[in-house]
Amino acid sequence: MAAREINFTEAAREALAAAMTRDPTIFVLGEGIGIRGGNFNTTLGLFERFGPRRLRDTPICERGFVGLCTGAAMTGTRPVVDFMFIDFILDSVGELTNQIAKIQYMTGGRLKMPVLLRGCVGIGGGAATHHSGSYYPLFVNVPGFRVVVPTTPYDAKGLLSTALRCDDPVLFLEHKSLLNVRGEVPEEDYQIPFGQARLCRQGTGVTVVAIGPLVPKCLAVCDTLAAEGISVEVIDPRTLAPLDMDTILVSVRKTGKLLVADESFGPCGVGAEIAAQVMAQGFDDLAAPVRRLNGVHTPTPYSPPLEAAVVPSMDQVAAAVRDLAAE
Amino acid sequence: MTIPKDTLLSLYRTMVRIRRCEEQLARSYAAGTITGACHTYVGEEAVATGVCAHLRDDDAVFSTHRGHGHALAKGVPPGALVAELFGRATGCSGGRGGSMHLFSPEVGMMGTSGIVGPCILQATGAGYSFQLKETDQVGVAFFGDGAVNNGAFHEGLNMATIWDLPVLFVCENNMYATEIAFKDSARNTDVAGRAAGYGLHAEAVDGNDVLAVYEAAGAAVARARQGGGPSLIECRTYRTRPHAEGMRDGGYRSQEEIDSWKARDPISAFAQSLLDDGAVTAADLQTIDAAIVAEIQEAVVFATDSPWPDATTVADHIYAGTV
Ligand SMILES: Cc1ncc(C[n+]2csc(CCOP(=O)(O)OP(=O)(O)O)c2C)c(N)n1
Ligand SMILES: [Mg+2]
Repeated sequence: MAAREINFTEAAREALAAAMTRDPTIFVLGEGIGIRGGNFNTTLGLFERFGPRRLRDTPICERGFVGLCTGAAMTGTRPVVDFMFIDFILDSVGELTNQIAKIQYMTGGRLKMPVLLRGCVGIGGGAATHHSGSYYPLFVNVPGFRVVVPTTPYDAKGLLSTALRCDDPVLFLEHKSLLNVRGEVPEEDYQIPFGQARLCRQGTGVTVVAIGPLVPKCLAVCDTLAAEGISVEVIDPRTLAPLDMDTILVSVRKTGKLLVADESFGPCGVGAEIAAQVMAQGFDDLAAPVRRLNGVHTPTPYSPPLEAAVVPSMDQVAAAVRDLAAE
Repeated sequence: MTIPKDTLLSLYRTMVRIRRCEEQLARSYAAGTITGACHTYVGEEAVATGVCAHLRDDDAVFSTHRGHGHALAKGVPPGALVAELFGRATGCSGGRGGSMHLFSPEVGMMGTSGIVGPCILQATGAGYSFQLKETDQVGVAFFGDGAVNNGAFHEGLNMATIWDLPVLFVCENNMYATEIAFKDSARNTDVAGRAAGYGLHAEAVDGNDVLAVYEAAGAAVARARQGGGPSLIECRTYRTRPHAEGMRDGGYRSQEEIDSWKARDPISAFAQSLLDDGAVTAADLQTIDAAIVAEIQEAVVFATDSPWPDATTVADHIYAGTV
């Protein structure tokens, strides 16, 4: 029998439904996540099963309901905030960084902070600048958060299932361009540990750490590069906090060359962090300087040619790998 | 309402405990033993006392930068409070917090706060938990007039009301936020009236009258426990010390105003009314006074003798470690 294929959103929704069945303290807050089932179908069909207290449509007050979730998590329930577009999270940054991220520490572990914060990230489809953000470097910078950036339906389900068992605040960021990607997903519930990268393709010449939508873009050019004699190893970190540096360092030991490809901004970004850690722990393995390929450091424009110009393309990935291979 | 003598004495004891502890903390601040900020609750003791008298350990209180009184009234021992401000390992937050981060979840003290506003939302969230779990617990937020003009007030009251959450909002309207008079930061300074606009139960009481607070809070807490939804109590009161220890208090409020409120001291007024009514004897009150003096002295000895936190633990408990 052929393995079952479903898309990213359906896979994540299965994990949520299983967790809500198992754990009656889980509830979801968001706009349009009740009867409507979520702008991105994240909760489709769940309202009928779990009712209005556990699938709660909110007023448009992101700061308010994130603050509400802080107090809820402190008193024994497990809130899920469905932001729809992650851009709206910015209205609640004080509640996140000053409250949610700090409560476990300030109470010496006497309180847990099991809050799941999910939303659609990234550039595409003319969403323009208020619906195209990623922002994960902000949250990686703050002690206390787990930051998850799945790229396949299989990973989406397994990582969301882990997130809903985790007692830390987790940002679960779902890239627009990946939501309808289909893949094999087991029916049963399973968990993927945080901090374990996925080796997507083995190679010997250049290591590419690709984040989010850059994973499929990078994989798509690997055969062409192989035909040119460039063997590429592709790593998907899957979680940015914690970050699996071991897998990256092992790969760099083999290839000596590293490219970090990420749609989000370069300055103080994930690539900068990985580069610094590789220099600190694997400097002698490097045969060339670490390279970064990032989205252009600009707000996201609307018009298709402008939008395309800010996002790293497959051609740019291939060109960056060729440059590095030639060093 | 006839209040049993035990309860009356207990209200008196809590107010005196807060007052003596605050006076001690002010002295310790002046002596340099407290290195961080210290906002005292002197003059406002009736509010925390009257409200917390109705709360159980499993009710959740979310407080402010001016939260020593809330912590003590909720059951944090004075020793754990003083030790926290002294930065000791035995403090209620293990020395990680100081005055503005007092946590004692064991007794439902879910934190004082260095940020004005979030307590309103967090108490609303506690109400959400309690409703979802179908318990009769209550979430309580204490906050100042300064928080009333913050978005958290609007968003929190609105959510608590539309979902009928078991929450009590207690506004300590002491007429100033630092040096900004409430009348200069809001055209409508009727906090209870503004709250009623969201559709919840709201009333204003004399926040220097512990029995007025006690009665209003009793009704609000009972209503919340029975599924009757949220309430707000605006307690009109005054802080008779500067905004924080070590701060100048000149300019923005007159000495006459301060003196007029000192003359309405909530503890002396309550003691006098109890004696006038014959509800208690002078000896009853003196016994409590003496016991509290000893208790606060013991708290200081406990804090002074307590160890400093172990610096090797500085990065512990950032994560739960469960996944
Ligand atoms: C969001 C935020 N802004 C500013 C401050 C600085 N601040 C600390 S206390 C305070 C005044 C608060 O006044 P109020 O809420 O009335 O409480 P009170 O001090 O009168 O008890 C201010 C502005 C803060 N802590 N948080
Ligand atoms: Mg005030």
